[in-house]
Amino acid sequence: MSAHSTSAVTLAPHRVGAMVLRYLYLLRSSWTRLVELVYWPAVQLFVWGFLQLYIAQNSGFFARASGVFIAAVLMWDLLFRGQLGFSISFLEEMWSRNLSNLMISPLRPIEFVSALMIMSLVRLAIGMVPVTFLAIAFFGFNVYSLGLALAAFFLNLILTSWAVGIVVSGVLLRNGMGAESLAWTLMFVLMPLTCVYYPVSVLPDWLQVIAWTLPPTYVFEGMRALIMEHVFRADLMVEAFALNALYFAAAVIAFLALLNSSRRSGSLLQTGE
Amino acid sequence: MPTAAEPAIAVDQLVKVYKATRAVDGISFALEPGSVTGLLGGNGAGKTTTIAMIMGLVTPTAGTVKVLGAAMPRQRYQVLHKMNFESPYIDMPHRLTVRQNLKVFGRLYAVEDLKGRIASLAEELDLTEFIDRPTGKLSAGQKTRVALAKALINSPQVLLLDEPTASLDPDTADWVRSHLERFREEHGATVLLASHNMAEVERLCERVIIMKRGRIEDDDTPQRLLVRYGRETLEQVFLDVVRGRGEAREAAQ
Repeated sequence: MSAHSTSAVTLAPHRVGAMVLRYLYLLRSSWTRLVELVYWPAVQLFVWGFLQLYIAQNSGFFARASGVFIAAVLMWDLLFRGQLGFSISFLEEMWSRNLSNLMISPLRPIEFVSALMIMSLVRLAIGMVPVTFLAIAFFGFNVYSLGLALAAFFLNLILTSWAVGIVVSGVLLRNGMGAESLAWTLMFVLMPLTCVYYPVSVLPDWLQVIAWTLPPTYVFEGMRALIMEHVFRADLMVEAFALNALYFAAAVIAFLALLNSSRRSGSLLQTGE
Repeated sequence: MPTAAEPAIAVDQLVKVYKATRAVDGISFALEPGSVTGLLGGNGAGKTTTIAMIMGLVTPTAGTVKVLGAAMPRQRYQVLHKMNFESPYIDMPHRLTVRQNLKVFGRLYAVEDLKGRIASLAEELDLTEFIDRPTGKLSAGQKTRVALAKALINSPQVLLLDEPTASLDPDTADWVRSHLERFREEHGATVLLASHNMAEVERLCERVIIMKRGRIEDDDTPQRLLVRYGRETLEQVFLDVVRGRGEAREAAQ
């Protein structure tokens, strides 16, 4: 592929690599950013893990469901931090007032988004892998024992994270830093509806309908089915994937529309203010 | 792609309206390849919006912009690798070192022999002393030299500069102007320079476009402007234009 392809829809490895390098340099330069990736998931793990131990000591049901809370908190963190990792990398450009430099370079939107997705995975790996080992050491819960099901859970959760991250980035482009709080809080709106810590059946009927429109709901139901009933619900994973494909495509369309709108409104000139 | 006779930048009846404000109101001009043109105007005259539309950052409300024959922003990917821009109002990541920033941008522009190009820019722009220092820890003058290095990393055919010497001390500002003159002589790039610094425009520019409230009020060489307005400095001409004394003064000549 020519280094100077003129197509808007192209994916040049050297440009994606340039952006990944930019974010890796940043992570390397700041030990506080690295520590932050690990400490909050670790805190969450300890809170929910010790809660689970306490409940299991007093309830036969939870003694049988050993690990369900810990698995839930790990998967929730994966979902939340997958989106946060995407959004924070994007926000770095706005905080550093570098977005205009990128927008006037040959970098295509799809390449920028690809680099942000890669960095989301890098940040997840740095933050979550150590926490999974803490879960083994302190609570005897080995998330990797879920096997191939873990891959299905991971894929469906990260696709949702990226879809949310892509939409949030588009809103930030269009509306500027005033929309920054969305990047930090939007995923929490999904938390009660995706039934992270309880089955969907606990919700009132009308909320269950909404819950089942969200891909992570299928993942958390599937996780509970695997841990408590030792059944892998492949049907739930396929349905989640189908929904994710739809939402991801919609997120990309929304991002491009918001980017075009920001060109019309002039908001690309005002990023960082 | 442009033919040999086609302007490097061609603006035709360009309009940009933000809600009720006509930031740019039907301007037209064409810049020949290899020329250096100054874009003058007070605050709010429409200079930055004009440059933003040329770069494809802002979509025009009406009119057309072509750079090296490509319509902006629709065909921007045909030419963005041949353009670059520098402004004190946009920044580079502060935590990355100068070398890291130039590496990232060099890769974005697919610069060949990037290591050699960075070494060459470091020598030309006197960056070697602080090339491995975080960009955020540099002085204003050093940051300007780094921003210029980033703007020149791909040896652009079209270079857009928005107040390149703003807030610089006179020594550094003079250094930057000398380097821009040298770059233009060596590479034959087309340069559009928005500035409030009249001495800088007189020194660097073969042509001056004066804007006021989104419109072009005058467009001529610095020398002819001085003669036509009967003034000794471009600053006096500029003040005549923006204060509405332009036409009367010209008529008196």
